[in-house]
Amino acid sequence: MSKGEGVKPSRIDPKFRYEVAKMLGGRDVLQCFQCGTCTSDCPVSRFSEKYRPRYIIRMVQLGLKERVLNSDFLWLCASCFTCTDRCPQGVEVANVIRTLKNMTAMEGRIPEVFKVILGNLVKTGYIYRIPDSRIKRREELGLPPLSKVNIEGLNKSLQNIGIGEILKEVLQKGGEVDMWV
Amino acid sequence: MGVSQRYLIYLGCVIPYRVSSYEVSARRVLNKLDVELVEMPEFNCCGLPLEPLSHKLTLILSARNLAIAEQTGLNILTLCPGCAGTLKKTSRELKESRALMEEVNKHLGESGLEFKGNLEVKHVSQVLIEDVGLDKIKKSIVRPLRSLRVAEHSGCHLSRPKKHIGFEDPENPQALKMLIGVTGAKAIEYVGETECCGSTIAAIDDKVSLSLVREKLLHVREAGADALITICPACHIMYDVNQSRAEKMFGEKYNVPVLHYTQLLGLAMGMQPEELGFEELRVKPIKLLEKIQSSR
Ligand code: SF4
Ligand code: SF4
Repeated sequence: MSKGEGVKPSRIDPKFRYEVAKMLGGRDVLQCFQCGTCTSDCPVSRFSEKYRPRYIIRMVQLGLKERVLNSDFLWLCASCFTCTDRCPQGVEVANVIRTLKNMTAMEGRIPEVFKVILGNLVKTGYIYRIPDSRIKRREELGLPPLSKVNIEGLNKSLQNIGIGEILKEVLQKGGEVDMWV
Repeated sequence: MGVSQRYLIYLGCVIPYRVSSYEVSARRVLNKLDVELVEMPEFNCCGLPLEPLSHKLTLILSARNLAIAEQTGLNILTLCPGCAGTLKKTSRELKESRALMEEVNKHLGESGLEFKGNLEVKHVSQVLIEDVGLDKIKKSIVRPLRSLRVAEHSGCHLSRPKKHIGFEDPENPQALKMLIGVTGAKAIEYVGETECCGSTIAAIDDKVSLSLVREKLLHVREAGADALITICPACHIMYDVNQSRAEKMFGEKYNVPVLHYTQLLGLAMGMQPEELGFEELRVKPIKLLEKIQSSR
């Protein structure tokens, strides 16, 4: 938001802050007094121009639901919990941000990489496809074999948790994603 | 403190996926310290990487692991602080809310499981300090690494968020420093000790996560450390495997070897690098090993 721009009332959802506050981990969002400690100490904010946890919290308080849920920067939070530990108001900042991501996901909008790791989870129980070469290497290194996951049992437990759409979609997906390199 | 301890070892996803060096060295040193590890009958992802998607999914995934573990009557030891933190947080959250516990148990009940909340989860560093004890570790040292000066990196999830984890002071972590101390090596101070490695957003924004890697490696090098010591598989991947990617991105050379704490401890116990998974390391700690050799 640049100075003086104002926000069109039609873009405001006055109940949004309560909606977030009701979600698991979103409770303290109303207590934030915008001191900026979270942003000053956020490692991601140091290297990203667009990522500012304080703004995110403010957007929630103001009811800018669409703007915050549609933002790509939401997914930049590294979940390091530095903000949560240092917030003088006891706001669980990282949890509020996670709550917002969860809300976006419930609407079926998530970055591609999450679809891939979720796809791997429902097929193997792990978020990665552990390659055969690794399984063999375990043997060579004298490590015990990996236990076999009861996939059917696992998937039975994952029904009706609000992400049904994505779950259906990822059953078709999965595969190699290199999260790291 | 008992003579021998038994734990279920919970591996998580990252270690079997690509960080065998940590598992190999951890199993060896724990064995030497009379810590018996029992394999989980079955386990799945702890849920941490999927938390941005759905908190409930994370709760169910970690509660499922806990429910399976509870049937054995043993407590859990993890090598990954992310797994330990997630399992601990879930346990706490469910025990604090009856309604939530019932809801999660309804899901687990679909496959005949139930979370009761009667086991403890500890990261290996916590087991070493609280259950094995520094004295016992000290007695196992046959080759004190007095010539080494190393930098510790405990990582975020061993201690943050403080009110849910409760082990260690996140603003002034001491556990890993004490553990380094017993090996004879010196744990040095450096700028940005408690900064995040960026692993959780490596797949979202390369530039930001590798900038965090770069910053850390520069600070460690500046302090004149012989190596960076980690106790988290994700941090280790960022600093070791991704060191060359950061070098490429920023057109620099860092040459900072990154060892798992359990490798450092193994060396001090007189084990050979080959026994401790050193060949899996991307940044070869040649100078460090020479330094240990020549100081004997
Ligand atoms: S540190 Fe806490 S009170 Fe300060 S701006 Fe961030 S969330 Fe608000
Ligand atoms: S948890 Fe997210 S918002 Fe908070 S300091 Fe870490 S990266 Fe920044």
